[in-house]
Amino acid sequence: MSGAPPPALSPRLNRLAPLVIFALLALAPLVAHALGAGHWVSLLTRVMILAIAALSLDLILGLGGMVSFGHAAFVGIGAYMAGILVHEGIGDLLVTVPVVLVCCAFYGAFTGAISLRTQGVAFIMITLAFGQMAYFFAQALYRYGGDDGLTLNARSTLAGFAVLNNKLVFFYIVLAVLVASFLLIRGLAGSRFGRALTGCRDNATRMASLGYDVLRIRLTAFVISGMIAGVAGILLANHTEFVSPAYIAWQRSGEFIFMVIIGGLGSLWGAIAGAAAFLLIEEGLSGVTEHWKAIFGPLIILFVLFTRGGIAGFVARLTNRNGGGHD
Amino acid sequence: MTEPVIRLAGLNKAFGALVVTDTVSLDVRPGEIHALIGPNGAGKTTLIHQIAGTLTPDSGTITIGGQDMTAASPQARSRAGLARTFQITSIIPSLSVEANVALAVQAHCAHPLSFFRTAATDDTLNGPARAALERVGLIERRSMRAGALSHGEKRALEIAMALALEPRAILFDEPMAGVSREESGRIVDLLASLKGRYAMLLVEHDMEAVFSLADRVSVLVYGRIIASGTADEVRTNPEVKTAYIGEDA
Repeated sequence: MSGAPPPALSPRLNRLAPLVIFALLALAPLVAHALGAGHWVSLLTRVMILAIAALSLDLILGLGGMVSFGHAAFVGIGAYMAGILVHEGIGDLLVTVPVVLVCCAFYGAFTGAISLRTQGVAFIMITLAFGQMAYFFAQALYRYGGDDGLTLNARSTLAGFAVLNNKLVFFYIVLAVLVASFLLIRGLAGSRFGRALTGCRDNATRMASLGYDVLRIRLTAFVISGMIAGVAGILLANHTEFVSPAYIAWQRSGEFIFMVIIGGLGSLWGAIAGAAAFLLIEEGLSGVTEHWKAIFGPLIILFVLFTRGGIAGFVARLTNRNGGGHD
Repeated sequence: MTEPVIRLAGLNKAFGALVVTDTVSLDVRPGEIHALIGPNGAGKTTLIHQIAGTLTPDSGTITIGGQDMTAASPQARSRAGLARTFQITSIIPSLSVEANVALAVQAHCAHPLSFFRTAATDDTLNGPARAALERVGLIERRSMRAGALSHGEKRALEIAMALALEPRAILFDEPMAGVSREESGRIVDLLASLKGRYAMLLVEHDMEAVFSLADRVSVLVYGRIIASGTADEVRTNPEVKTAYIGEDA
């Protein structure tokens, strides 16, 4: 990061912003229903699912300073396990969730233990390589569709009940998972562990000389982040009722990084806003022209160039000016 | 005779053909300031790195608090009671001044990486952190972002972080480097106030500071210790005069 540091987010803003975001999301289906725009519920469900993944990435990227280019692999593991378990007739969340958490923890511990021995560009390249290995592995799963992907003939059940089949119930389940992930990660950020993680981001040499095991701290964050992304994967597979190797492609990992940066690194609630902005702009532009990427790309570049601290930093500057903030 | 806290015996280190540490033996006793001086390129920083554990010597032994630590990691040495400050100030810029010191307190407490304990409001961390900040005169700056401190204040913060570890020995790597005259006077006073409590190894260019603070002085030239003794003995040593201090001393 170059230049002046992004504006500090006041504690008040950090308390209020997530409340506003979650309240808006909770009311969104009612508004959509009133306006007769039912498809918005599905779009917002997708936004929230990818926001969970972006939020989990913010734990290691924003708070931990680890630029992982393989985050989509965790989402892919969650999505594939959900799809495979449904395909094999044991698609209950009571089975799926523990299986995915364990798989993501092992995958995260294995790839993290290797990649976290490096830093900077080498770390990016190794996480990218692991991501691509996961991608080609998924392509080779012929029993589960290989290249073409796997269509789910049903959604996962919860203790035998097909609760995810109801659009609205699914929406609120995803919202609950999003809120829980946010509270979990914010709790971690404020804990002793979180402070040590920030220390390792800023100055690993100093942390080692204070007696901290830097690798262990980073690896723990990496594994937790991956497990949360895996949960996002389960929801994603159930939402689209389809999984394919494209979920794991490196472009997807890049999109998660964009979401976090657009939102404002390390701000957590910014990652949710970033995911929403990314997907809604994408949706809006793709409705206007089929060459929407030609507009979207430059838009992102301009955004990153001209807003320090992303959406969170932008909101912080606005509220500081208007609300008479004290810092 | 008390046992030295840090003892180096026959330490050697070479980078290819360049010998940077040549059979160095040296010890630091409890409560004393042992100063290490020498011209640029004499190998002072390389020696500090070997004591702190960021470089491993080719041969010889390093003992800290009676334990052989020659091949131990920096973390293990920190747990054995060794703290250090860095030649280039080394703090956590995005955290508050208080959080920086609290992070040092946290490092050696019972649950240093707990997920469940909120750090910012934890008085078992903040109490000792404030005490350390009080001692270095930074208590009024405690809520500031550490990155926004002046250079001299960052130096003082580093010392507070070292103190918060409750170490037995502290390595000071040029604590006065690049600070203003006024601030360096404050750091000299601070180091003087720590005498008797910690075993301190001080690497410093400021001769005035060294001779006023040190109980013993060792002179390192081309990786070798050419003289070692009290400030007066070293000051009058003819070899030291020619090799290091030169005519203007």
